Amino acid sequence: MATTVDGKTADFPTDRGPLNYLNCDRGILSWAFTLDHKRIGLMYLISIMASLGLGGLFAMLIRVELAHSGQQIVDENTYNQLFTLHGAIMVFLFILPGIPAALGNFVLPIMLGAKDVAFPRLNLASYHLWVIGALFFLLALVTGGLDTGWTLYVPYAFQTDTRVLTAGVGAFILGFSSIFTGINFVATIHTLRPPGMTWFKMPLFLWALYATAIIQVLATPVLGITLLLLAAELVLGIGIFDPTKGGDPILFQHFFWFYSHPAVYIMILPAMGIMSEVIPTFSRKHIFGYRFIAYSSVAIALLGFLVWGHHMFVSSQSSLASTIFSLLTFSVSIPSAIKVFNWLATMYKGSIALDTPMLYALSFILLFGIGGLTGLFLATLSTDVQLHDTYFVVAHFHYTMVGGTLIAFMAGLHYWWPKITGRMYNEFWGRLCSIGVFAGFNLTFFPQFVMGSRGMPRRYHDFPEKFEIFHFLSSIGAFLMGLAMLGVLIYLLYSLFKGRRAPANPWGSATLEWQCSSPPPKENFAETPSVSDPYDYDHIKYDPEKNCYYRVN
Amino acid sequence: MVDFAVGTLSDLSRMALLAQSDGGSFWLPPPESVSSWAVDNVFYYILYLSYFFFALIFAVLVLFVVRYRRRPGVEAVKTATHSTLLEAVWSLIPLGLVIIMFYAGFVGYVELRSPPEQAYEILVTARKWSWQFTYPDGTMATDLHVPVGEPVRLVMSSEDVIHSLSIPAFRVKMDVVPGRYTRTWFQAKQPGKFDLYCTEYCGTGHSDMLASVVVHQREAFDAWLVEAGDILGNSATPVEAGEKLFRLHGCGSCHSTDGTPRIGPTLKGIFGETHRFSDGSSLAVDENYVRQSINEPGAKIREGYKNQMPTYKGRLSNDEITALIQYLKSLDGG
Repeated sequence: MATTVDGKTADFPTDRGPLNYLNCDRGILSWAFTLDHKRIGLMYLISIMASLGLGGLFAMLIRVELAHSGQQIVDENTYNQLFTLHGAIMVFLFILPGIPAALGNFVLPIMLGAKDVAFPRLNLASYHLWVIGALFFLLALVTGGLDTGWTLYVPYAFQTDTRVLTAGVGAFILGFSSIFTGINFVATIHTLRPPGMTWFKMPLFLWALYATAIIQVLATPVLGITLLLLAAELVLGIGIFDPTKGGDPILFQHFFWFYSHPAVYIMILPAMGIMSEVIPTFSRKHIFGYRFIAYSSVAIALLGFLVWGHHMFVSSQSSLASTIFSLLTFSVSIPSAIKVFNWLATMYKGSIALDTPMLYALSFILLFGIGGLTGLFLATLSTDVQLHDTYFVVAHFHYTMVGGTLIAFMAGLHYWWPKITGRMYNEFWGRLCSIGVFAGFNLTFFPQFVMGSRGMPRRYHDFPEKFEIFHFLSSIGAFLMGLAMLGVLIYLLYSLFKGRRAPANPWGSATLEWQCSSPPPKENFAETPSVSDPYDYDHIKYDPEKNCYYRVN
Repeated sequence: MVDFAVGTLSDLSRMALLAQSDGGSFWLPPPESVSSWAVDNVFYYILYLSYFFFALIFAVLVLFVVRYRRRPGVEAVKTATHSTLLEAVWSLIPLGLVIIMFYAGFVGYVELRSPPEQAYEILVTARKWSWQFTYPDGTMATDLHVPVGEPVRLVMSSEDVIHSLSIPAFRVKMDVVPGRYTRTWFQAKQPGKFDLYCTEYCGTGHSDMLASVVVHQREAFDAWLVEAGDILGNSATPVEAGEKLFRLHGCGSCHSTDGTPRIGPTLKGIFGETHRFSDGSSLAVDENYVRQSINEPGAKIREGYKNQMPTYKGRLSNDEITALIQYLKSLDGG
């Protein structure tokens, strides 16, 4: 349809056909039961952004409560519910599915020049399960909430009056949603690569999604089993974890982190994949050290399974086990460091444009850098004794999960927004808000490192006066960041109605998804596009008249 | 807007000043135990490495963005797309640095986990939401009193959920787990008063589960031990003794004395009231009812509450129960 190839120059299609994936079928059922990966991706995108909004609202309420010592707006029990629901919603409904299921679903098949994922029905089932799992979360929220922390540690989870079982069922179902996405991506990348695209000619985002999918398939079943055991104990009273029945509460922590630590890499690997697309594109430079980056994704995925015990250095786990887990944890730090250096080297002698996605990518390098470096303090045995369960940990994982994953999600969202919606957002507001997010984020979380290493415990409804100044700054930062995120929502929504029509390739990228129109037609490509090096920008030229890029051979 | 920015900046500088006002560094509280080096040395090693690498990343990033910003007519320059030597260098140097980090942390961890043999032993009981410290002579206290300059070993257990004992000034933290004993130790360098926190989330009163560590000279410690050991004998009145016992046994975590309902009913002004129970019966509050509620908490459950209270049978003597009753009587409505 839109991908016209005429002789020597394969012009990037700047004219949309009359029909695209958004308007080819009409009616609510054409969305709810669609098998089109783009529509499923878009539904995921809207759903996870709604979850982000809800989780963000809880975060704001937490920061209002903590702006000063003493009770501000909510009592202890409500506060305990707020931080639990903030964590559970952000982890299970936003960060875990965020990049793979929303952006990955949309982009992966098009990057492969394919019409869809390998198993479109499984893909739809994954989304339906996500919705059902999310409904269970909401059910728990309205029928009594949850106050265990997202970690559900026992025996507290057995003693609380809140809805552990309902939330557990929700997380169990969400786990299967995640497994289905993982299976689909593994199968798609194995079987639907176009002729000429060997493993080492794949865009690195696909390597990242592939490594992520391996973890989703291998680790998530352990979460399912753990939740089943928890439910069996809650309902039937068998003593697996409850010490009053002869169970072992530390065993629960092992099971929980055996999933939840690899899950951290489900969150960060796709984020790194987005970096490996955005940075070369906006630097117009070939990615530096392709193989190192690809291998390091797989290395992180595999080593990530061997380090869960670093969450338990002061849990009464044996000292020998702690020592081994500490050593193994450092092995994961090296592949992450390699990636940061490689992204920097990619920019060397490039032609760097500071468009919104690139501003988020640069934010990512700095914030993930801080997140990674502060992780060293927590991997080290003796310093972790001081820092465990303090605000230092809270700051560290927000630097990786927000400074890393959320910022990368924002980079990817702005990068692929023209492709997904066919509209350009306002670049001025995009840049301004990205700077606001960066500044607000640092003001929120940097003071938390300092109060944490000085002893401020996490999950506290109230705090001694000596920590007042840190908490106050943190709350101001949170509002600045919340305001910037609100700005993003407004200009993105505005762009849907008033935004400039997006060309096929607004940024000058070389991967295949920019060879179909924006938004893509239902079948993505009329004919299989020709594959070349995804990071070779020699053939991508700028057309100042049309303000877009086109391809010359 | 400008005012706001200036205000925030001055707050930031206040943060830097405040952080050091207690004699500690910007990052850490003052090192008050002889083992503090086990945390602090490797902390600063990682901190300075982090400063260096962050500065490096930041400088290179800014340099590249400024130097190679997109300008009309200037194309990107083709450079090598990989360099095995360069990549090996920036893999192996960090690898060497983190191996040192691991080893230093390991040495520190061994120190923190190895109490000297002749350490003074204190039993720690954690429960929602208070601490109880029991000394070799049977004395119990809600704050942790220790002698200066002597190694102290804590043997800890929990009555309900997982708690964690944290003393930041001593670089001490260890989870307190139901169904097993955990141990930790420290040796205080000088007399003083330090904060003790619960750092494992344990429900409603988690952020109130605080205590002080009071470090005495040996003579003062011995004197404290004698005084604290005989609550009844060292109190002027039974009411005063009852109040001490009320705090010592953590009654206040669930029962307020000011009229607000908590996990359990308030104990303010109960004498003279008639209580309704969950089985429909009712009774005027008297000494025998209070005594029964302490020894057999499940016998009569107030309407609207659940039976969550552990029994104190055998843990309180008759004289102590009498003192507690006198204290409760003193909490009348006026």
